[in-house]
Amino acid sequence: MSWITIKRIFRAGFLDFWRNAFVSFASILVMTVTLFVVGLTIFAGVMLNFTITELRNKVDVSVYFLTTTPEDRILTLKQALEARPEVVSVGYLSRDEALAKFRERYKDDQLALQALEELGQNPLEASLQIRAKDITQYEAIAQFAQNQDTENGTATSIDKISFYDAKYRVALDRLVSITDSAQRLGLIVIAILILTTIAISFNTLRLAIYSSRDEIQVMRLVGAGAFFIRAPFMVEGVLYGLVSGVITLLLFYPLTWWLGSATASFFGGVNVFTYYLSHFLLFFGVIVGTGVILGAVASFLAVRRYLKI
Amino acid sequence: MIYYDRVSKIYADNSVALEDVSFSVEPGEFISIVGHSGAGKTTLVKMLLAEERPSSGSVFFESINIHELPLHRMGEMRRKIGTVFQDFRLLPQKTAYENIAFAMEAGGRSEQDIRSDVPHVLELVDLGDKMNNFPDELSGGEQQRVAIARAIVNQPDVIVADEPTGNLDPVNTFEVVQILKKINDLGTTIILTTHNKGVIDSLKKRVITMDRGKVIRDDREGKYIL
Repeated sequence: MSWITIKRIFRAGFLDFWRNAFVSFASILVMTVTLFVVGLTIFAGVMLNFTITELRNKVDVSVYFLTTTPEDRILTLKQALEARPEVVSVGYLSRDEALAKFRERYKDDQLALQALEELGQNPLEASLQIRAKDITQYEAIAQFAQNQDTENGTATSIDKISFYDAKYRVALDRLVSITDSAQRLGLIVIAILILTTIAISFNTLRLAIYSSRDEIQVMRLVGAGAFFIRAPFMVEGVLYGLVSGVITLLLFYPLTWWLGSATASFFGGVNVFTYYLSHFLLFFGVIVGTGVILGAVASFLAVRRYLKI
Repeated sequence: MIYYDRVSKIYADNSVALEDVSFSVEPGEFISIVGHSGAGKTTLVKMLLAEERPSSGSVFFESINIHELPLHRMGEMRRKIGTVFQDFRLLPQKTAYENIAFAMEAGGRSEQDIRSDVPHVLELVDLGDKMNNFPDELSGGEQQRVAIARAIVNQPDVIVADEPTGNLDPVNTFEVVQILKKINDLGTTIILTTHNKGVIDSLKKRVITMDRGKVIRDDREGKYIL
C-alpha cells in the first residue's frame, strides 16, 4: 500500500468524521457511556478486591503456650514458622506483654484487676500470631505448629491453637464463602455490564454505517476496492473511540476527586482519586484502548455486509 | 467489446426480468436501449456492472466473463466502465470536486493527475465554478453533470448511462445528451437506457427495443417505436 493511499484514507476518515457531525456526536455519546461503564467496573473491581483482601487480612491464627514454656522454645518455633513460604508474618506476645495488654484493656474494670491481683502471679500465656498469605492456608500452618511441638505423641508446650476452636472455624468458613461469592458475583455483574454496553455501542456504529450503505454501493460501482472503502470508516470508528476515551478520562477526574475522601473512609483506605491518578496509565490504556478497538472492529464488521457487490 | 450471450434473469418469485437476451456492442458505438418501465433495461445494465448476476447466460466485457471475476478484481473492471444513474448517486458528504477525485483515488491515480484532471472534466460539463459545492447545493441537472464528469474522468472504454435524463427537465435533458454525444465523438462507447422519445429520435443512433425482458428490435439507425 502506498503512502498516498494511506494519506487519502486518513483524510477521508477525518472529513467524514467532521462532516457527519451529528452521527459522530451520537456515536461518541453512546461510546462514552460504554467506556464510562468500563471505567466504573475497574473502580468497582478494585474496591471489591481491596475490601475482600482487607477482610481476609484481618484473620490470623494464634498459638498459645503453657505458662511453663521457656521463651527460647517459643522463639525456635517462631523461626520455623517464619521459614515457611505461605507465612507472611509471625508476631510474638510474651507473658509480660500479654499482662500489660490485659491491664490496659481492663484498666476501668476494678473487678478484673482485683482478680488478677489475687492470683499473685501472671496467669496469661505467651502466644504467636501467625498471618498467612491466603486464608485457606491456616489449616496447614496449625498442623505444622502442632507437629513441631509434639514429642512421642504428646504436646510439650502448646496449650491450644485458635484454629481448632469451633467458633473460630465457623467464622472463618463463613468469611471464606462470603468473600468468594462476593468476588464471583462481582465478576458476573461486571461481565454483564461490559458486554451489554459494548453491544449497544456496536449497534450504534452499525446504524451509523447503515446510513451510509448507499454511498458504499456507489463507491463500489465507481470502482473503489473494498479496502479503500472500508478503511476510512475504520479511521472514523477509531476517532470515535479516541474522543470518547478522552472524554471519559476527563469525566473521571472530577468524579473521583469528589468521591475520593468518601471512599477512603468507607472502604478503609482506598481513595479513588489517588488510585485514579496513580494508575492513570492503566485507565488510559484500558479505556482508550477499548474505545479504539471497539470502533475499529465494529466499523470493519458493519461495512463488510455492504461490500458484497 | 461487450457481448451479452443468451442472458436470462429470473427472480426468486419466478418473475422474468430478462429472457434469452443476446447482442453485442462494438467499440465507439452509441447504443440506446429503450422500452417501457419494467422491460428489463436497468437489469441489463446492472449485469454489466456485476450489480446483478444472470440466472443463465453470460456477459463479456473485453472477452472477460464479468460474473466469473472475483470480488477483489471487480474494481479494476468497473473503472473501465463509467456509470451515470437516473438518481445521480453522488456521495452527499463530498463536494463536486471530491466526488470526481474519489473515482480517481479509487484507481490509485496521483495527486498531480487529480489536480489537473478534475477541474478539466468539470469545465467540460460546464461546472468549473461549482466545484466546491456539495451535491445538495446543486440542481438536478448540475448533479447529473457532476456524475457524468465522474464517469468520464478515468477515461473509461465505455459509459453506461441508465435513464440519466429521467429526473431532468427538457433543457437539462438536452444538455446531458449533448455531453454524451460529445464524449462519444471522442471515441468512448456509450450505452444509454431511456424511455424519452425525443432523445432517441434526435440521436439517430443504434436502438435496441425491449419488451417484457426480450429484445424485440435492434435497428442500426433507429427511432423510438413502441
